[in-house]
Amino acid sequence: MTLLARTGARYARILGVGRALPSRVVDNAEMCTYIDSSDEWIRQRTGIVERRWIADGESVETLARDASLEAIANSGVAPADIDAVIVSTVSYFHQTPGLAPKLAFQLGAIGAAAYDISAACAGFCYAIAQAEALIRSGAATHVLVVGAETLSRLTDLSDRSTAFLFADGAGAVVIGPSDVNGISPVVWGSDGEAGPTIHQATDWEGAVRDQTWPYIWMDGRQVFRWASGFVADAALDILEKSGLTPDDLDTFIPHQANNRITDAMLRHLKLPEHVKVARSIVNYGNNSAASIPIAMSEMLASGEAKSGDTALIIGFGAGLVYAGQVVTLP
Amino acid sequence: MATSEEILSTLAELVYDVADVPVEDVQLDKSFVDDLDIDSLAMVEIIVGIEEKFGVTVPDDEAKNLKTVGDAVTYIEQAKA
Repeated sequence: MTLLARTGARYARILGVGRALPSRVVDNAEMCTYIDSSDEWIRQRTGIVERRWIADGESVETLARDASLEAIANSGVAPADIDAVIVSTVSYFHQTPGLAPKLAFQLGAIGAAAYDISAACAGFCYAIAQAEALIRSGAATHVLVVGAETLSRLTDLSDRSTAFLFADGAGAVVIGPSDVNGISPVVWGSDGEAGPTIHQATDWEGAVRDQTWPYIWMDGRQVFRWASGFVADAALDILEKSGLTPDDLDTFIPHQANNRITDAMLRHLKLPEHVKVARSIVNYGNNSAASIPIAMSEMLASGEAKSGDTALIIGFGAGLVYAGQVVTLP
Repeated sequence: MATSEEILSTLAELVYDVADVPVEDVQLDKSFVDDLDIDSLAMVEIIVGIEEKFGVTVPDDEAKNLKTVGDAVTYIEQAKA
């Protein structure tokens, strides 16, 4: 007896991207009605001017669906030809069933393999790595990757060190086979020893028992230290594994955690002036797994980035986990 | 073994890169926060830079004690000794 194996496409690339932002704009003035802070302080420490929170009728599900519809339309792939759906989220409150099977059905990707992953702010890049591997192994042909979050539901509005950061939104990409490579080898990893750096204050059992809520708690100083040192080094490693130098890049799209982290990474990477840098945190805040595809979609829509551009993407967050690739923009 | 002057000079360039503070303002008696107007995030980046440029480790407990430029230079000297 010989077990059959299969092989897939030689390469994969992103075929289309989409985004969905909730309708409710929360500016720093409103934020300062919840916490003792100021517009100037928030801007100086994070770059954030306003963020989006879901309003009535909106949810992580509707955001995921709307971002996916736009990504599918932009990709030119028929929904029925999508045979795998991966949703990265930490804020879909049904532990089971996951969001991905429901989303696949709603989108018309009937029967697609569908599952959620939990890798926080690195989740989008984790899922890109999976999609690329699935396509190249032959396990899937077209993969929908979605990052969707409603972090407002996990934000402690009495915590003046985090309340202004977290936000809602969704971004999605369709990935498919390609004759030329459009997704580099992933550089990824975790540091569970530093897990407490970003964590939920309690689990669901504790929340129910103690009548509290599993808010996200973060040691911002430690995150900044890790991101500006270790994660920035990982970004350099991505370039090396891709066979590129900083001069080869057109665009840098780091997870939108904090503009100051992006600034620190830029000083570390010494990217040339021509590289466009994502700054969507200014208007959308930190929406975890959704931030990279939202920024990618925005930059393409505004003309700041162009189809075919070479972009370095890197996500990092609770776990601690990190992942990144160089991708060709759709 | 770097001299105090060499350490100060490298540190001043680092502080300039991170926080745009003129190199000549970075003197031993200056407080990072009060005199050079460096906020907590910039200070963290300077600590990360010190670790990389001087090949030393600066645990958080120690980082808190580096109030002045002189404190940092002394720490780096002792850590490298």
